[in-house]
Amino acid sequence: MIKCEEDISKQIDHLFRHESGKMVAVLSRLLGINHLETAQDIVQDTLLQAMGTWAYNGLPENPAAWLMKVAKNKAIDYIRRESRFAAISPKYAYLLQSELAIAPVINNLFLDQEIADSQLRMIFACCHPAIPQESQIALTLKTLCGLSVHEIAHAFLTSEETIAKRIYRAKEKIKADQIELEAPQGAALILRLDVVLKALYLLFNEGYNSSHTEKIIREDLCMEAIRLCLLLTAHPSTNLPRAKALLSLLCFQASRLNARVDDKGNIILLKYQDRDKWHRPLIQKGFDYLDAAAEPFEESPYHLEAGIASLHAAAPSFEKTDWKTIYHLYELLYKMQPNAVVALNKAIASAYAISSANALKELQQIKGLEQHHLYYASIGEMYFDMGKNSTAKDFFNKALLLTSSAVEKKLLQQKISLCEN
Amino acid sequence: MEKFMLIFHGGISPDSSPEEMQANMGKWLAWVDKLVKEEKYAGGEALLPGGKLVKGNLSTITDGPYTEGKEVVGGYFIVNAASYDDAISLCDGYPDFSTGGSIQVRQVMKFDM
Repeated sequence: MIKCEEDISKQIDHLFRHESGKMVAVLSRLLGINHLETAQDIVQDTLLQAMGTWAYNGLPENPAAWLMKVAKNKAIDYIRRESRFAAISPKYAYLLQSELAIAPVINNLFLDQEIADSQLRMIFACCHPAIPQESQIALTLKTLCGLSVHEIAHAFLTSEETIAKRIYRAKEKIKADQIELEAPQGAALILRLDVVLKALYLLFNEGYNSSHTEKIIREDLCMEAIRLCLLLTAHPSTNLPRAKALLSLLCFQASRLNARVDDKGNIILLKYQDRDKWHRPLIQKGFDYLDAAAEPFEESPYHLEAGIASLHAAAPSFEKTDWKTIYHLYELLYKMQPNAVVALNKAIASAYAISSANALKELQQIKGLEQHHLYYASIGEMYFDMGKNSTAKDFFNKALLLTSSAVEKKLLQQKISLCEN
Repeated sequence: MEKFMLIFHGGISPDSSPEEMQANMGKWLAWVDKLVKEEKYAGGEALLPGGKLVKGNLSTITDGPYTEGKEVVGGYFIVNAASYDDAISLCDGYPDFSTGGSIQVRQVMKFDM
C-alpha cells in the first residue's frame, strides 16, 4: 500500500501545487490581478473537485489537462453566471461582452504558450520593485508555487502571521500602485528582470542556507527557484544571458544539496563533502547553461558566481581546486558588488589562492559583519591554520555567541575542541 | 457476501493547500486500490459540497442538510463484506480519521425472497 502511494505521488509529483500556480496565473490574467482572490478560489474549487473525483474513480489519463479544463469551465461559469464583465480585466471585459466570444477567448488563454506567458506576467507582478523584497518572495511562493501560508511560514521558520502580513502588504501594494499583469518591454525589462532574478536568487538561498531540520523543505524552496528560473530562460522575452547564468549557478549549487548535509541534518563544509554525492546531471546542466549564458556578451554577478561554482564543480578535490581563478572571479565580483559578504568570500578564497596571512589581512579590513558569526569563524579558521590555536579559539567562541543555529553551534564547538588539543 | 454502504462524513478541510490535497488524494487512491484488489470495492461516488433539503411536497426547500464541515457527507462507497465486523475492518485505510472525518457503516437491505 505504501508502495502504491509512492507510485502515485511520483506519477504526479507536486502536480496540484504546480498546476495551481499555473491556473492562478491564467485566471488572474483573465480576471485582473485585483481579483487574485477569486482566481485562487476557483483554483481551490478545481483541486477539491479533482481530489473527490480522482480518489473515487482513479487518475484521469492526463491529470494536468483535466485540471486546466475544469478550471477553464469554472471560469466561464463564473463570468456567465453573474455577467461579471465589470469584474474582469478591462482588456478581456471588452472581448467577452459577446456571449459567443467567451469560450474561444478563454480557451485561447489556456493554450500552453499563453499559460507560460501568464506565469511570466505573474512573476513580474509578484516581484515588482514597489513591493518589499520579503513580500515579493512570499507572494511568489503563494501564487506561483501553490504553497499555503502555513507551508511558507514553516519553510521560513517564522509565524503564519508574519507571512500573512507580508502577502497582505504585497497585495495592498498591487492595488495601491495599480500594478498590472504585464511583462515589461524594452529597457524597462532589464531593470525589472534584475529584481525578479534577485528574488529567485534569495528564494534559492533561503532553501540552501536554511538550517531547517527537514531536508525536503529546503529542497522544495531550491527546486521552486529553479523551476521559475527555467520559465524565464524558456521564454523568448526573458531568456537573457543573466537569466541563464543564474540558472547555471542554481544548478551547480543544487547539485551539492545531498552532499552538504549529513543524515542528522548537520552541515558539511565544502572541504569535507563527499564529491561522489554531487549530482552529476545537475552539474552538467550547470555547465550547459553557463555555455548558453556566454552570448551575447554581458557581465552580471550571476555569471561570476556561476563561474566560481563551475570551478568547484570541476575540481577533483578541495585541494586541487583552481583557487587562483576563483579568487580572481571574486575580485571581479567585488568590483561589481562591493559588499561585505562578497569581501568575506573573497578573503576566504585568498587563503587557498595566496595564504592564510593574506586572508587574515583581508578579513580584518571588512566592515559591517561585526554581528555575523561566519565572520569570526573565518578569522578563527585563519588563526588556526597559522597555528595560533588560542587566538583561534577566542574567535570561534565569539562566533558561537552569534549563531542560533544548532547545526552551526555544533560545528563551532568541534573547532573549539580542536583548538584545545 | 453482503453489501455495506460506507458513508463519509467530514474530512480534509476545503482550505487545505494543494500539496495537502494531493497527499490526501494519494491516500484515497491507495485505499481504493487495496479494496479493489481484495475484491471488496463495489462502487462509490464523491459528492460536491452544498445541497438542498426538500420537505412537505416541495413546499419547503432549504440549504442543507448539513452546513457544519465535519458533518457534511463527502461521498460513499459500496463494499462487499461478510459481516459488520468485516465491513468495519475495511475502514482501515480511510485517510481522513486524522482530520476528524468519520464513517457511517450501514448494511444494504437485500430484496431477494
